[in-house]
Amino acid sequence: MDLTLKIWRQENAQARGKFETYKVTGISEDASFLEMLDILNESMVDKVQLPIAFDHDCREGICGMCSLYINGRPHGPDQGITVCQMHMRNFKDGSTIVIEPWRAKPFPVIKDLMIDRSAFDLIIQAGGYVSVHTGGVPDANSIPIKKEHAELAMDAAACIGCGACVATCKNASAMLFVSAKVSQMALLPQGKIEAARRVQKMVAEMDDLGFGNCTNTYACEAECPKDIKISNIARMNWQFLIAKVGAQKMNA
Amino acid sequence: MAKLLHYSSLTKKFIMAIAGLFLAVFLMVHLGINLFILPITENHVEIFEIAVHFMTSNPLIKVFEIVLFGGFLIHIIYGLILQIQNWMARPKRYKIEGFSHTSFFSKYMIHTAIIIFIFLVIHFINFYFVKLGFTEAPQGPNEVTNNHDFYNMVVNLFSTTWYAIMYIGLIIILGFHLNHAIQSAFQSLGLYHSKYTPFIKMVGTLYSIIIPLGFIIIPLYFLIN
Ligand code: HEM
Ligand code: SF4
Ligand code: FES
Repeated sequence: MDLTLKIWRQENAQARGKFETYKVTGISEDASFLEMLDILNESMVDKVQLPIAFDHDCREGICGMCSLYINGRPHGPDQGITVCQMHMRNFKDGSTIVIEPWRAKPFPVIKDLMIDRSAFDLIIQAGGYVSVHTGGVPDANSIPIKKEHAELAMDAAACIGCGACVATCKNASAMLFVSAKVSQMALLPQGKIEAARRVQKMVAEMDDLGFGNCTNTYACEAECPKDIKISNIARMNWQFLIAKVGAQKMNA
Repeated sequence: MAKLLHYSSLTKKFIMAIAGLFLAVFLMVHLGINLFILPITENHVEIFEIAVHFMTSNPLIKVFEIVLFGGFLIHIIYGLILQIQNWMARPKRYKIEGFSHTSFFSKYMIHTAIIIFIFLVIHFINFYFVKLGFTEAPQGPNEVTNNHDFYNMVVNLFSTTWYAIMYIGLIIILGFHLNHAIQSAFQSLGLYHSKYTPFIKMVGTLYSIIIPLGFIIIPLYFLIN
């Protein structure tokens, strides 16, 4: 395949940045999108040009590092997968592909297509954990859990923290991510104990960091590579409401 | 007051959703009264006038009026604050955007909202301010006897072709707002259930079609006659 790439180049966080156009030729349809970028980068290194910086790690859809906004969609045109798992056969030979970094105030560009997603870590630090002593492994079934709750918690825990939900949301809202992290714990007995405190702290942190507000467009669900459902957002909304109305005052 | 502005994003959304749903219920009552402008019964004008008299003089309704204005105000203020924050959350926009699948009218809530707001202003000038004596009653073929004579004011307005057409256009825009709004409010309130959410979505869609249609029939009747 021969392709024209329009790629966002930005030297550092302070630089203005602009789109540059590149041509790649002879790309296999079976290559992954990141392999295609590797090929481009190698050719640039050969020409003593600065290669394009982009995030990636596992390349098997589990780490959440890869983060490219391709032709107007995070993780590209394929459904339910990360960009590292997407193949070039999703594109037509001779087409032009526009590649941008995630765009959101709490996700500043570090360089080219790399962004700083520490904001997500701060949200987790605000309450996305269970504060218990980790003793020995308990016997199986010593704590009964409803099967449907176990499954919903597992589905929510599939979130890899990639930030595609923020990237696609017209409001740059992090609600799908935060609600997945709130849900995965609130649904299980160990997590329930701190649920009221957790949801309030994580939402407060999310607001402070400058993510936008959810207007229920549901774009996040459509683009999430792990199929996280918007029912998690409703669960978080409800838990937050219950916590605000019912729980004792939090001492900051 | 300052506290109202510092509520978390979710609290603002809850309050906005409750206010929005309240407005949506009010809209049904409003339509119920308006339909008596049409000759649906022998004494429809009389019934309409009794309803208007009740709505303008009953002390309980006076209280309700304050709640209603409060509802509009909170809905509008929070709507604007949240929207401005949302614009600020993405200072640098994408070159290519809007390709993800979304609830269609969700993309245009602020635009439909601004048009509804303009509609509200027109509505106030034509009716509420007339009642208070701030503005002149709309003139036309019928004589308006007093500043509560809403029946003849409506007839005068809808007998003006451009006004009737503009009214229909504005009501359609309101329908677009409501199309996304009803199910969105339930989601914002955290009321999601795999069994009932599809039903809520259907009711929301039907509401957003039937209520505007009801409002549109009235100017349409005058346009045709
Ligand atoms: C009869 C008039 C109106 C009704 C019945 C109504 C109803 C609603 C409802 C139920 C929602 C959903 C709330 C949520 O999801 O949390 C909504 C959203 C919204 N409304 Fe209204 N509204 C009306 C007029 C207005 C006006 C006059 C404005 C502002 C000038 C406005 C601004 C907004 C905005 C910006 C949203 C978007 C929030 C979102 O997307 O979630 N609305 N409306
Ligand atoms: S919810 Fe989905 S899109 Fe958002 S961070 Fe988690 S995996 Fe990525
Ligand atoms: S590189 Fe790990 S998920 Fe794509």
